Parts: sequence; structure tokens; C-alpha cells
Amino acid sequence: MPKITINGKEIEFEKGMTVLQACEVADVEIPRFCYHEKLSIAGNCRMCLVEMEKSPKPIASCAMPATEGMNIKTNTALVERARKGVMEFLLANHPLDCPVCDQGGECDLQDQSLYYGVDKSRFIENKREVKEKYMGPLIKTQMTRCIHCTRCVRFATEVAGVPEIGAIGRGENMEITTYLEKSMQSELSANVIDLCPVGALTSKPYAFEARPWELKKTESVDVMDAVGSNIRVDTYNWEVKRILPRMNNEINEEWISDKTRYSCDGLLKQRLDVPYIKKNKTFQKSTWDEAISLLVDKIQSIQPHEIGGHIGDMVNMENALSFKKFFEILKSENLEFREKNIYVNSDEKMNYIFNSSIAGIENSDLILLVGTNPRHEASMLNARIRKTFVQKKIPIFSIGNPGDLTYEYRVIGNSTDDIKKILGKENDFSQKLLSSKKPIIIIGESALELKSGGYIFEEFKKFLINNNLINESWNGLNILAQNASTVGLLDLKILKDQKGKDPFFFDKLNNGKFKLLYLLSSDNLEFQKKNEFIIYQGSHGDRGAEIADIILPSATYTEQNGLYENLEGRIQECKKASYPIGEALEDWKIFNLIVKNLGYQDKLCTFENLRKEILQIVPNFSELNELPKRSKVKIDNIESNFFSEKIFVRELDYYYTNSISRSSKTMSECRKIRQNLKKNGTNN
Amino acid sequence: MSVKKVHDNQPKEFKFSVENIKKIEQILSRYPEKNKKSAVMPLLYLAQKQNDNWIPLAAMKHIASYLAMPYISVYEIATFYSMYNLKPVGKHFIQVCTTTPCLLRGADKIVKLCKENISLNENEISKKGSCSWMEVECLGACVSAPMVQINDDYYEDLDEKSTKEILISLINDKPLKPGSYRGRKNTAPEKNLIVNGEKNA
Repeated sequence: MPKITINGKEIEFEKGMTVLQACEVADVEIPRFCYHEKLSIAGNCRMCLVEMEKSPKPIASCAMPATEGMNIKTNTALVERARKGVMEFLLANHPLDCPVCDQGGECDLQDQSLYYGVDKSRFIENKREVKEKYMGPLIKTQMTRCIHCTRCVRFATEVAGVPEIGAIGRGENMEITTYLEKSMQSELSANVIDLCPVGALTSKPYAFEARPWELKKTESVDVMDAVGSNIRVDTYNWEVKRILPRMNNEINEEWISDKTRYSCDGLLKQRLDVPYIKKNKTFQKSTWDEAISLLVDKIQSIQPHEIGGHIGDMVNMENALSFKKFFEILKSENLEFREKNIYVNSDEKMNYIFNSSIAGIENSDLILLVGTNPRHEASMLNARIRKTFVQKKIPIFSIGNPGDLTYEYRVIGNSTDDIKKILGKENDFSQKLLSSKKPIIIIGESALELKSGGYIFEEFKKFLINNNLINESWNGLNILAQNASTVGLLDLKILKDQKGKDPFFFDKLNNGKFKLLYLLSSDNLEFQKKNEFIIYQGSHGDRGAEIADIILPSATYTEQNGLYENLEGRIQECKKASYPIGEALEDWKIFNLIVKNLGYQDKLCTFENLRKEILQIVPNFSELNELPKRSKVKIDNIESNFFSEKIFVRELDYYYTNSISRSSKTMSECRKIRQNLKKNGTNN
Repeated sequence: MSVKKVHDNQPKEFKFSVENIKKIEQILSRYPEKNKKSAVMPLLYLAQKQNDNWIPLAAMKHIASYLAMPYISVYEIATFYSMYNLKPVGKHFIQVCTTTPCLLRGADKIVKLCKENISLNENEISKKGSCSWMEVECLGACVSAPMVQINDDYYEDLDEKSTKEILISLINDKPLKPGSYRGRKNTAPEKNLIVNGEKNA
């Protein structure tokens, strides 16, 4: 490896590194504003100036490639003077409004001016003032504070794939704006707030809510989609004030989606705080004792096979397992968690997870989307596909038309017949697929929900195995789950029948065979209510609570510990950051209450036991936060029926997918803007 | 000078004329297909020529979709360069050079005359006739300072008297001829100039 001398110390660096990166290897800190690891290099803030031997002037270390034999000095008088000079220029036009700026306490400019700033200002001219810009309901702007690092411009163009932010004007009059001050049409837009090194772009919903040092920080995971983005939950007392991304290069890198970040105001709205019982068609406040005894009476008066249970989209594994145990006590087998009758083959773990892993997308050389819109179903995963597309220009194809995905792709069909042709090698695409080395096929729920869902999955699997495209080192057959709970619940064997489409629960539901329906945080199940007695146990007064006869309040994901398995089969822990509201309890405690009242004192669960049991049940479990172990690939000869059908990519109401986001004011605003755009036609 | 703002009253549509489309094809042929966005500056210029010397938003959008660029990129370029006008200008658009050589030779007097005869502020269309004026940086004709550019032509070697005559001719919509107002041919030495002790012919 080539060598470079930094402050008299010789170190080795990897080829292709910049001087700044080499300095980081040598543990030498370089101040910077415009440089960011995940973005392209701009070199316009000049804060990273260092001295290089044989160069008469200091150099911008972020933009200078490191070469063999360079001699860099970062602790000389010249460097100090250069940094002070740059800082003075940056502060010349920067307002001194730190006490009223939301970035205060986590501001790069504030921190660095402490070390490199001059305590006096020689600038006696008028300061520049820039009009505030509108950037949508999430981003608050105060453009006078902008130091023109262009991180936001680069993020929007490179990572988010929506080139809508730009720098207009020139010189002193340069201004950052969106095109004609429209809101940014991206699911990742709010990441520019984290990127902004000063307080020019701050969070609108969080404006003047708290100071960073007052907040309690809890490292947790997100449950808005199945990606399992790593997040940090910031709480002030028991209130969740904001959610920020936590770096995890294998999942979300440094970004999170807007829904992950801003649904948190929904945690305070529409909450169920005490048990409710429906009397005379209205809900009346009740107590736990009353609600549970009514529930126990109901259960005892109904035959086990007439009791059905449905688990919602954000339930953690501990709660789901205790629900399953509760149903075992009731001797009912009618458990379901799918919202639609999608095809699942839960025989083997590789049949229902995202096998290539999110980071693995970067190794692929061809991507085929089948009935999925990753931009809305899993925004962070879509960002990874875009990254791969931008870096390697890999070809991307789709069956079914998902609309704008922020990268180029070709629609090669919109019906199951096209799949049949591909698998029968009658299509041009078959050749491309066969000649690629690491193809990725992503099958979405819109495809699996079709009558030929089984055919699509099983035949693709056979095709890939037979052509050695699934082997020891590569498995690119991926299912894109939409809900945070899906993969975990499949591992817990919630479904009675392990194979096929299993219409059994849905048949009973639609034919009114259930006399009692127990909804565990389940709000997205579409059905026509008949004569069922419905118990809704959940956190929000949403679709499920509306139709319920008894409402039992429970905790949300930020208010309890719990395991979630993301779409890759990676088990991560969601941590308690706050307390359940009012009299709400964790789900497993509620089941204990019911079980106790049913007279099974010996069958109570404890949280530790539930967790221990989960880690034993889960197949191919390796370690927490790690990918599951790979199992041997085998063909199980499942015959599935082919139907000629159209593949429609179901359009997701992105900002309204679950009970928390539906309760969030911020998400409603975003949704309104998107709907108006659709009505009036977009500008881009 | 502050950031250039777009005009409040924008036309809804913009389409290139038939001759301009021919010109665009010729411009595009200079660049490889994958770099066709390089043509954005000449296209903006054509749009400005076609639309009475200013670029409406519709034209920027049209060019962006023509070259498969994001709108904001075209917008950035149009706001960056001072020679693209984003607001309507007069039929006679006077650009007064006020960079050092012209200023030393009395450009400030020209500016004063513009204020008196055309409009009090820059970029304001005159009440009489259709003229507007603005200060600009060096137009590269320092050898015949002070000078102004009126639409496409240079009016050079000006003094107060000649400037006033020119401005009044513009207001009356009968513009005088461009060129030197001290009788020079292009930038050649003046008549009767003595070089090396000899009279120049």
C-alpha cells in the first residue's frame, strides 16, 4: 500500500483515498463543512485546507487525491491562519442568532468556530440577508444562515434522485432553493436537515421544541416498513420529540425516510389511554377489570373454532408469541397476520426473506422487479438500488409499472404471461438473465397476492436454481415484505398451514364464520363487518378501533422493548424510549391478565421467557443485528397453477400506511401536498 | 446587484420558431448525444432572441425537457449569467459598461444621462418610447471607452453630447448608427494622430 506522511508520521493508505481520508486514518481531525462521505466532493467551503510540502499555497484536502510520498502538515501556523481566515469569511455573513437557532448545540459551524473562529469581527459592512424559502412541510428554512456548502443540492441529485434543489444566482447573491419554491418530491427529503452543517435547513415540526442536550437518546429500530432502519429516538420526559437516523451501512446507511422520521407526532395523537366498551353504539370509558371480565365471558361463551385472531403490521415478536400462546390456550387455530391473501411458502427461511441482503444489492449486475414499487414499499432499499444504478449503471427491469422510481428502468411486461415467457426462455430478457452473474429478482406483494402468486415465486425459484443462479455464494431471489412484523411472524409459525395460499382464515372471515375477532393492533385488514364481536387491542384509535366492541389500550413501538425481524431476516431490538400512555399496557401483559382471568394461572408468560423462546424458535438464527445463516438450497417440487393475469403494482398511500402515520399531522400535510400535485400535474 | 428574479407576468407557453429549430439542430450536432445538455447556453440565448430579449419560465422548461435536464439546472444557469434577461427589457436595451476603464473615461456621466432621459432605476422601461438600461461589467471594448451596448451593437467613444443624442434618438425610435462617435474606424487610431513624429494618413 502507498505511504503518506502526516504531521511527521508515516502511514499507509488505500489507493484512491483523498488527503482528508488519509488524515482520518492517521487520527488527525480536519474541520470541514462541504465534504460528506456519502456525497460527491465539492471542495467549496475551503475549511479543510492543509499544508502540503512543495506547494506554495495550502490545499483543500477533501478534493486532493493522496499520492505516494506526500508530506502533509495540519498543525502549522500556516494551516491555522488559513482556517481562521476561512472561518472569518464564513462568519462575515452568518447571523449571530445562535440563541434562537434550532441547530444550536449540534451545529458544525458553532462547534468549529469555537476552535478556529476569531473572537472579533472586522466586517463592518452590512450583512447579507436572504429571503426565506418554502421547501415543503418538513423543512424549515432560514437561508441567511446558509454557508453554501451545497450538501443539500448534492444529496437531492445524487442520493434521493430528485434534482429539485439548486443554487441560483452567483457570488454573494447565491441562494439555495427548490425550483420555484415547490416542496421537494422525495421520500428522503428530510435528510437534508441532518446534512445541513448550519441552521439554514431545520426541521419544521420540531421547530423550537427542545435543545439537543435536554433530550434522552435511545437507539432503536424503525417499524414503519420492513427495512428496519436504525434510528435514534429523542425524548423529552415521556414525549418523543424527534427521530433521527443511526448509521448502519448494511441497512439504511446514514439516511431514513420521511415517514420514519416524522410519524412520531402521531405517537401523541389519537391515542387509546383507557379500555373502552361499546354500549348503545358509543364507546364508553371503562376499567381493565370490567373490560377483561366482559371479554372472558364472551370467550367462554363462544366455540374455539369461532374465534379468530389477526396480528397487525407493527407488532413485535414477543407480543406476537404471547398472542399465539394465548390462542393455544383458547384452542383456536384461526390466526393470521397477512392483510391480503398473499402467497407464502414458509417451509424454509429463504422462501420469504430478502436473500441478497440490502448491502448485497450493490454487488448485483441485473435487477428485475416483479410487481413491486420499492420507492414506496421500502424507501431505503430503493435508495440502495439507485446507488447501485448510479455507480455501476446496471440494467433494471420491471414487470408491472411502478411509476417513477428515481432511476431508469424498463418495463418488460405487465402480465403473468410475460413471466411464463421469460421462464420458458422465449423472451429476449431470458438471455440477459442467464448471462448475468449476480441477478436480483425482487418479488413484491402485488405479485404474490395474485392467483398465480405461487406460480411466480416457485417457478422463478426453480428457474434460478436450475441455472445455477442461486448457489453457495449468491442468492438473488428476494421477497419484499411490506410490514415490519411480517418476517418475524412467519418465523414464529403463526400460520397453521406452511405452504400455499391458505385462504382458510380469509374464507372464514368473509363468510362471517367468526363470532369473535381479536385484532392485535391490526388496522389494515379489509373486510365487511357482520355479526362478529370485535376486540381491538392497540395503541391508536384508527380503523380497527372504529369497528371494535371492546378496546384495550396498548403500547407503541417506542414505549416497549421488542424484537423485530426486517425483510432480510435480521433480528434487531427496538428499545423502550418512553412510557405507555394512560392505562395502556404492553400486549403480553394484557394477555397475561386475560389468561389469569380464564383460570390458567400456570400459563403466564414473562418477557424474558418470551424472548428466550423466540431466539430458540427462529430458524437459521445467527446473532442479533446480523443476517441469518444460509441454508442449503434445495428444490421442493411444488406444483402451482398458472393463471393468465395482469400484474398491477398496487399503489401505496405512502404517508398513510399504518395507524401511527395516519394519526400524524405532519404526514397528513405531506399527503395533501402529494395529492394536490397529482391533481394539478407535476412540474417535473 | 441582487439575485435575478423571474418576471411576475409569465407567458403560458413557449415554442421555438421554425428557423430556430433548424439552428438548434445545428447546435446539437456539435455535441455527442449523451452530452446534449451542453447546448443549454446557446439554446437559452436563442430563446432570449426569439422572445423580445428576455427568457420566460416556459422557455426554460421547454429547454429542460428538450435537453432532458432537470428544470432547476436550467434555472441555475439562467440566473447565474447576467446576460440572460429574466424580465422584459425595452425594445432598445442599453447596457452601460461601468468597469474601470470606462468609468475612468466618464461612464458615470452616461449612467446619469440614462437616469435622466430613460428611467430613474435600472431595468425599468421608459415612459416615452420603449427603452431600458442597466449597468454591466466589462464588455471588452476598453480601447474605445466609454461605451454602451444597445441591443446587439456597440456605441463607442462617447461623451455627454453624443450620448444624449443617441438616447433621444432611441426614445424617438430612430436609432443612430453604432460605432465610434469620434470618427474612428473600428478601433484604429484617430485621424491626425501623430505617431513617431509623422502624421498618420
